[in-house]
Amino acid sequence: MRYSWIVPTFYILFLLLPIYWLLNMSFKTTNEILGAFTLWPQEFTFNNYLKIFTDPTWYNGYFNSFTYVIINTVISVTAALPAAYAFSRYRFLGDKHLFFWLLTNRMAPPAVFALPFFQLYSAVGLFDTPIAVALAHCLFNIPLAVWILEGFMSAVPKELDETAYVDGYSFWRFFFKIFVPTITAGIGVAAFFCFMFSWDELLLAKTLTSVAAKPIAATMTRTASTAGYELGLLAAAGALTIIPGAFVIYFVRNYIAKGFALGRV
Amino acid sequence: MTGKTSNQKAWLFVLPVVVLVAFNALIPLMTVVNYSVQETFGDNVFFWEGLRWYEEVLHSERFHASLLRQITFTSIILLIEVPLGVAIALAMPRRGPWVPVCLVLMALPMLIPWNVVGAMWNIFALPEIGLLGKTINSLGINYNFTQQPLAAWFTTILMDVWHWTSLVVLLAYAGLCSIPAPYYQAAKIDGARGWAIFRYIELPKMKRVLTIAILLRFMDSFMIYTEPFVLTGGGPGNATTFLSIDLVKIALGQFDLGPAAAMSLIYFLIVLLLSWVFYTLMMRHEER
Repeated sequence: MRYSWIVPTFYILFLLLPIYWLLNMSFKTTNEILGAFTLWPQEFTFNNYLKIFTDPTWYNGYFNSFTYVIINTVISVTAALPAAYAFSRYRFLGDKHLFFWLLTNRMAPPAVFALPFFQLYSAVGLFDTPIAVALAHCLFNIPLAVWILEGFMSAVPKELDETAYVDGYSFWRFFFKIFVPTITAGIGVAAFFCFMFSWDELLLAKTLTSVAAKPIAATMTRTASTAGYELGLLAAAGALTIIPGAFVIYFVRNYIAKGFALGRV
Repeated sequence: MTGKTSNQKAWLFVLPVVVLVAFNALIPLMTVVNYSVQETFGDNVFFWEGLRWYEEVLHSERFHASLLRQITFTSIILLIEVPLGVAIALAMPRRGPWVPVCLVLMALPMLIPWNVVGAMWNIFALPEIGLLGKTINSLGINYNFTQQPLAAWFTTILMDVWHWTSLVVLLAYAGLCSIPAPYYQAAKIDGARGWAIFRYIELPKMKRVLTIAILLRFMDSFMIYTEPFVLTGGGPGNATTFLSIDLVKIALGQFDLGPAAAMSLIYFLIVLLLSWVFYTLMMRHEER
């Protein structure tokens, strides 16, 4: 077992290689990318990044993506909190069926819903707004958030609720003052996964936006096809999309281990 | 279901969730059902077609081909990622300063937008300018994923292993961390060695998280769209046209709404059915 560190080390190296190559490309000029095969940039340039930070079509893409990801995370977690509490504490008509039905929506291929979503959100006048994407992503993020939070809440003993009521707490005061703080880890994990899937998903985000709310990922695809094949620029834009995820995972790293240990996620 | 109080007011708690999900799930689903039984020539004029599109899709060779590709892809993915993920989780340190470093670095690929994953692997594997492509070619193997179907499959699978093995690792690792130390001490006293410890202590303890890992990997690889679409565009030819890619081609490319809708529903039912089968099989196994 002394040499077992070799396995994760090689695995992490394998994970980092394509990311290194992306970074490498992002600091090269187009000429160098197409002209020569070099393991690191010979003519180091920041021009690709400068272009992204100065051109509104590029940086607005990041802004749009952030807007709908944050709206979605807030809606999903807020709506899921009382629902998860109900599933973990109460028995009510159709509870098991309802829980299963929620989960089946996590299994629906987004490709199936692309066209109807376009028509639905055009009909209600939300097409090409961040709210449309945020609401559409609720389809798979809410079931996930309910599932994760229900796991965390069921791990909290019911005596906590009963003691609070005996002490004269009203339901909502107990819920916000005592219960929510005890499951912060669960809220962290749920928010992390909502952020992740909303940030990663592109098919629906692309279908539901055209100009005003275009996400960064869609800006990349379209620029790649219209402005010739500017690989350096594309690589820089891609490299920048990694940063928010890296930040988020750094902050929730301790919660994640706990969340996985409960077998939910 | 022990210890739960019966309370019909709980419906008020779940109402926001039900409204939000139903708005996104039921209305579009009904639209798809509508399309699947009608024919349209534009201008919002529809003709009743009954089950014609379903019969057509179920008998079409194109659907059979994409379904077969999808099943092959998903099977390969599960066969590689699950054992590999468990092996890596077993080799990871259980405590110490390296644990958070490992976790953060391993989770990184999962937080990259899916089209960036495709674009990244594209420039990584291109035979002329990509590190992977250039390396394989300089070993004397002719490799070009934009032209050779086999190379395209190899690249797509390698990309998915890169992207999602960490999910299995993290889940399996969490399962392993929840095993109390006395279990290992008892096993040591009984003289159990590597394989026996894995088979009789670690594997049973990981069963629950592995069920979730397999289900998630099954569902997500069966629905895969963006990454292979950006990497290969479904090509060369139709070599990597999986179900979702084919569906989008029919629905948004050719605008054949009827057949696309019928295919959508058949596709959705297959995912539901297979998930259910997986789930019950693994749960039944657990009860024994």
